[in-house]
Amino acid sequence: MSREMEIALEAFWPVLKAGLVVTIPLSLLSFAIAMIIAVVTALARLSNISILRYIFGLYVWIFRGTPLLVQLFIVFFGLPNLGIVLDAWTASIITFSLNTGAYASESIRASIIAIPKGQWEAAESLGMTYWQVLRRIIAPQTIRISLPPVTNDFIDLVKGTSLVASITLADMFMIGQQITARTYEPLLIYSLVAAIYLLFITILTFMQGRLEKYASKYI
Amino acid sequence: MDFIVQFSNMHKFFDGHEALKNINLTFNKGETTVILGPSGSGKSTLLRCINLLETPERGTLSIDDIHLDLSGSVSKKERLAIRQNTAMVFQSFNLFPHMKVLENVIEGPVTVLKKERIAVIEKGKMLLAKVGLSHKTESYPSQLSGGQQQRVAIARALAMEPKFLLFDEPTSALDPELEGEVLKVLKDLSEEGKSMIIVTHNLNFAKEVADRILFLENGEILFDGETKKFFDNKENDRIQSFIQSMQFI
Repeated sequence: MSREMEIALEAFWPVLKAGLVVTIPLSLLSFAIAMIIAVVTALARLSNISILRYIFGLYVWIFRGTPLLVQLFIVFFGLPNLGIVLDAWTASIITFSLNTGAYASESIRASIIAIPKGQWEAAESLGMTYWQVLRRIIAPQTIRISLPPVTNDFIDLVKGTSLVASITLADMFMIGQQITARTYEPLLIYSLVAAIYLLFITILTFMQGRLEKYASKYI
Repeated sequence: MDFIVQFSNMHKFFDGHEALKNINLTFNKGETTVILGPSGSGKSTLLRCINLLETPERGTLSIDDIHLDLSGSVSKKERLAIRQNTAMVFQSFNLFPHMKVLENVIEGPVTVLKKERIAVIEKGKMLLAKVGLSHKTESYPSQLSGGQQQRVAIARALAMEPKFLLFDEPTSALDPELEGEVLKVLKDLSEEGKSMIIVTHNLNFAKEVADRILFLENGEILFDGETKKFFDNKENDRIQSFIQSMQFI
């Protein structure tokens, strides 16, 4: 067996393991929190209370307008100056949730706007309250429309987690860096890391397809 | 008790433009009223002011024992109370696409009126039979023709047991051959003595079904009276030219 083959095989499990214990849990947890933030933000920005629209608009503006890596550094390295010391995990989850929440809120807002006004009118003319209309009529239709853009946001998040290597979290990318430093095979190792990301994203894309099919059964 | 819908001194503005001017009107129980008028005359707006999809800026609205002063702010509770006394059928059907036909029909009674699901399902099936769609209860709206969708929408409105049924150009989005099946349902309902207010462009239908005609132009009521008088009108040139212009449609 060639030397490259041996190194690749040896590196495979440590990199995959870092994916299973850091990249995937970090992505899933951050995405779950991001979705809650996104729905609240989308609704706030569509509400007729101007102060809510303004506050949540400001939030989206800031988190879409600044680089993710810079946000991560501010939360992890910067906040301690204010006496807020967070471990790398907490800092990562907070940053990724807020960042993805800002993007996904726009995906969800766009999906809600895309639902014909007649759906609101029909529901309201039955005497439904705002929350009843949202829950019974708008939400099920929003889910279908927002699946592709929200999956996009999720994929961006998964790949974005590679930035946590720079704040000491031992994710796939950091493990890859360490193995490269030892073996001097950057092309081989980083390609391996890339392939495992691609594998994760492929699974996600497959799930998106299944979900879309399920959510579109009424079309 | 005879319930009614009543507007007095009602005005509706859109961006400074007065869409409805000083409307004083009473709709009575058991009456089928057809609202006619050229495009932009305010007929749909008038209808949508009844269930407060549009909120007039001035005047009063009464439905049954609910009385609202529209120059003040209308509370959510009052809005819902008004809407539970009416049900609307729209030009573009507006069925809920993610729900099957029967689910569309029972949605209002179950979610809004909090009625028991099993009883409502029976009633829903009955209403669908009435509009000739017993065989479509488990279909999605996207699997139905326009005429069928509109009949489901009528069943959905009836399921609320409203005091007034409001129809906003119910056949304008339909091919002529599908229009007939919807008009027949409307005619049956009218003959049953349902209280109906219908905005339409179909003069033949108005002639056949309406007890009373309202003719609107530029936000004002130019005619309010018996159907026969409207069509036999000799004095009002505006109404005569309107009827003539609609002959070929």
